[in-house]
Amino acid sequence: MTATDEGDASAADADAVDPDEVRHVADLARVDLDDEEAAAFAEQFADVLDYFAALDEVPEVADDPDLVNVMRADEVREGLSQEEALANAPDSEAGFFKGPKVS
Amino acid sequence: MSADDAPDGDAAGDLNAFLTRETVEGDADGPLAGRTVAVKDNISTEGIPTTCGSAMLADYVPPYDATVVERLRDAGATIVGKTNMDEFGMGGTTETSAFGPTKNPVDPERVPGGSSGGSAAAVAAGEADLALGSDTGGSVRNPAAFCGVVGIKPTYGLVSRYGLVAYANSLEQIGPFARTVEDAAALLDAIAGPDEHDATTRYDAAEGGAADAPGVPDDTHPADATEYAAAADGDVDGMTVGVPTELVEGADDEVVAVFEDALADLEAKGVETVEVSLPSVEHAVQAYYVIAMSEASSNLARFDGVRYGVDGGEGNWNESFARSREEGFGDEVKRRILLGTYALSAGYHDKYYKKAQDARAWVKRDFDEALSEADVLATPTMPVLPPKRGESLDDPLSLYLMDANTVPVNLANLPAISVPAGEADDLPVGMQFVGPAFGEEAVIRAGSAVEE
Repeated sequence: MTATDEGDASAADADAVDPDEVRHVADLARVDLDDEEAAAFAEQFADVLDYFAALDEVPEVADDPDLVNVMRADEVREGLSQEEALANAPDSEAGFFKGPKVS
Repeated sequence: MSADDAPDGDAAGDLNAFLTRETVEGDADGPLAGRTVAVKDNISTEGIPTTCGSAMLADYVPPYDATVVERLRDAGATIVGKTNMDEFGMGGTTETSAFGPTKNPVDPERVPGGSSGGSAAAVAAGEADLALGSDTGGSVRNPAAFCGVVGIKPTYGLVSRYGLVAYANSLEQIGPFARTVEDAAALLDAIAGPDEHDATTRYDAAEGGAADAPGVPDDTHPADATEYAAAADGDVDGMTVGVPTELVEGADDEVVAVFEDALADLEAKGVETVEVSLPSVEHAVQAYYVIAMSEASSNLARFDGVRYGVDGGEGNWNESFARSREEGFGDEVKRRILLGTYALSAGYHDKYYKKAQDARAWVKRDFDEALSEADVLATPTMPVLPPKRGESLDDPLSLYLMDANTVPVNLANLPAISVPAGEADDLPVGMQFVGPAFGEEAVIRAGSAVEE
């Protein structure tokens, strides 16, 4: 699939999903993909996005539900202990989660 | 763990319905005393692994119970294990589990439906009296139909979602399975009600509550004044059942034949049937997947390999995060996260997500209009008979289309039940009834009349 075809906007959009674009979205979503996955997804995304394009036909529909305040009072209450919160972490140190470097 | 080294050598083990077998006794007495319940593996159980069918959570042990699990124990039920499922609830056949597919007890070569296929199979095989699943776009009704058991998708807000590992918050509800409508309704009685841990159930919360919400007569939660099991009395004389033509036409012929026989039986019991139209449903599946994938891309951002999940190893944070998710997630989960990220990205938000919200509002309005002409609506639950394993996996789009009759109900946040209506080619066919918001009693009553 390439983006070089001329045609109407929706067809061009659906065609525009190439493996590089899949990789770009995967970067945004923080998911590593190998080449095979990127190629397979590009093909499937074209089909799925083409199908989603039918949403263009949907009229604007007003939906103004009554909003209700569902917040509880902001009071201190029991939560997980530090030990429980850390129990599933792959790595922790001195009572903290230990993560990779941020930069 | 895989299907091959699952520890069970009995019938349900062969079906790969359970991921973990663990007995948790409930309180000595209660309405569910002596009953066994299987719990879908995306519902948190303190001290018992909860994997969501994913390698990402293969070693995860929750430090707390979901509200529904507490309520099972309070009701005296005995939990017998955690059931297999499509990874994070994403799938319609229970083939995307990282721990191998579940087999349909009716025909082991076929899928049990999904994503709560393990729960439906456990009940159908007699390995549990009752089970809990979760229904985001049909994930309780679909496997109930394919396995020949009863499944209920409650109105959004009837049952607490606290402790359910989130996939698409605005759509999903925990729902019961059983072999009879009355048993499923009794399980619903045990789990329904407000929960201070889940704001979407808090109809009794702040002043004003949800007094204006349709179907809620005052500021109490609708479950407080209702006994669902008592509604399974089969008394449908005088009831009006609407049949949405759009959701019957798309189904396979042998499915429609069973559905129409069941409708004729209902008419013999005093039901009046009327044709209704839901023109919006043509766009419901697209809208559903855009919304579900968008919410999934946001919800699953929590799996970064730091607080739980697969360790992404050395490197900077972005690299480690991306590696954790490459290793931890299966194809369908990656596909939905990526499509959701795409649909929400700057250039496409108005084209996909905003349009999907319009379609959702349209679907709600259509259901309101149809339900002003009928007490409940009836459709085949699934437009097809259960496919053989492996038949649908390679073509995601065909899998998404299988949900055409169930997803509109989640978009409209309404209650629905699937009950066995008969068989075609020796395979079960499910019939779905959809009711108005918090109209569980009506769908339970209609369903109980079909099983008689």
